[in-house]
Amino acid sequence: MKILVTVKRVEDYESKIKVKPDNSWIVTEGVNYRANPFDEIAVEEALRLRDTNAPSEVIAVSIGTAAASAEIRSALAMGADRGILVKQDGFVDSDAVARLLVKVIEKEKPDLVLMGKQAVDVDDNVVGQLLAEYLGYGQATFASKQESLESPEEKAKKPGLKLGADKKTLQVVREVDGGVETLELTLPALVTVDLRLNIPRYASLPNIMKAKKKPIEELAPAALGVEVTAKVKVVRVEAPKARAAGVKVPDVPTLVKKLHEEAKAV
Amino acid sequence: MATILVIAEQAHGQLKKATLSAVTAARQLAVKNGGQVCGLVIGPGAGKSAQELAGFVASAYSVEGAGFESALAETHGAAAAEVAKKIGATDLVIAATAYGKDLAPRIAAKLQAGVASDILEVVSGNQFKRAMWAGNAIATVEVTTPVKVISVRATEFKAAEKAASAGKVEALTVAAPAAKTKFVGFTEVKSTRPELTEASVVVSGGRGTKGDFKPIEALADVLNAAVGASRAVVDAGWQPNDMQVGQTGKVVAPKLYIAAGISGAIQHLAGMKGSKTIVAINKDAEAPIFQVADYGLVADLFKALPELTEELKKLK
Repeated sequence: MKILVTVKRVEDYESKIKVKPDNSWIVTEGVNYRANPFDEIAVEEALRLRDTNAPSEVIAVSIGTAAASAEIRSALAMGADRGILVKQDGFVDSDAVARLLVKVIEKEKPDLVLMGKQAVDVDDNVVGQLLAEYLGYGQATFASKQESLESPEEKAKKPGLKLGADKKTLQVVREVDGGVETLELTLPALVTVDLRLNIPRYASLPNIMKAKKKPIEELAPAALGVEVTAKVKVVRVEAPKARAAGVKVPDVPTLVKKLHEEAKAV
Repeated sequence: MATILVIAEQAHGQLKKATLSAVTAARQLAVKNGGQVCGLVIGPGAGKSAQELAGFVASAYSVEGAGFESALAETHGAAAAEVAKKIGATDLVIAATAYGKDLAPRIAAKLQAGVASDILEVVSGNQFKRAMWAGNAIATVEVTTPVKVISVRATEFKAAEKAASAGKVEALTVAAPAAKTKFVGFTEVKSTRPELTEASVVVSGGRGTKGDFKPIEALADVLNAAVGASRAVVDAGWQPNDMQVGQTGKVVAPKLYIAAGISGAIQHLAGMKGSKTIVAINKDAEAPIFQVADYGLVADLFKALPELTEELKKLK
């Protein structure tokens, strides 16, 4: 089984995000970068599927500047077999990302494409679905599983996505409004993963060393025949409205009095 | 003239409330671009829901029948794109629910349209505000394509009122594409409480509950509130997934939000900052939740919540 998984380089969610004074973007100096946490869950799931369905291969793909090879390297350190970096500077909108990935997928012909449901920088939640439509694949967004993240299944590192006996289908449990839904996808297919599919592993030191020798292929959008134009442009970025500072109340009766008389909330 | 098509969401012949927020956003767009708002319902019971939808739009279309039984993005997306072409829609608007998020980009890809997702505000005919970096920045995005697809954060738009006169209703026939996806089953999380994203009061519990939601439930009973949870609680399997409030869970904006035993990670704040009044109850006086709370009480939730429940009972 061949699994292609995406890894986006994003601002660390623990870094303080500040808007640039000219409102063009956020301040990137002094910000730490890491792999999109949802993509790490996708990588983990890809590895579990690979290791329970030998022979299989996991390819980690990123679209970004040369610096994004660090995030591919971290996927390789987790255990992915090889990497592909589509090198592109500056903002790439979700549609262009999907169109670039189409070309990589046409070249690699994976059985399964796994990606995070959204990247925690632009929080778009769009690329996977665009990609599935462009490829004519079935899709399952928000992949999860019914067991909790503290279950024996999770401790045994079993995949949450269930490959059919004939290896032609994949059962996916997904988080939807009001409950969980189970879909069966015909492979090749696309799955975007939610938070509770698994707990991603940490890369061990020997694996970090091994990852340094794994190949990362570099591709240019022009060589893939894709023109990187945006269907959706970011024209302005501003700080959110701050909430006015509140007060601390000493006890419950005071809280109820304030809620009743001041806020008129009860 | 623009034709704005609202893709409605329904279950068993009844519209979801979030769809009425999408109608409001569509009407705002109609004011900016000129033109009229139409609607489309897909799936079993669509004909019945279209009757209801016609109260809000100029024309309500329905597509149902073989191939559209399950709400698959493949088939429902194809139907939406087909109808959009048929009526010459310039803008498609959908609520950013699980259904809407699953569907909107698939429609966009079929129509070569740009997608503005989970918007907070209609700035102009092609510019929209949306949250990025867990709500730490608000971006204005511009959709440059002739046809636009917009998904709408329902809590940011009031539910639409009925139009002065009801629109026409029309059932359309669309051939369903052969889906590569099969619906297997749905496990409903049953609750007698109001829906999280629609409730006017939400009581949420975090790690501080240690999994014991009884005091949260008792308070929610008195307030007729929905119950929410932080990510830690859901990850631990203490409460079901669909109760999570935050960047990656539900975004809520009730009149009153009570956070008990929730530290207030930025990802949680992203899901509730828009609430009118926020109350935080936490043992840790330094918890970040107090920075967004209108009223903060430093206390053990197991003592404070039962007391609060009793005080509120007295008030009623």
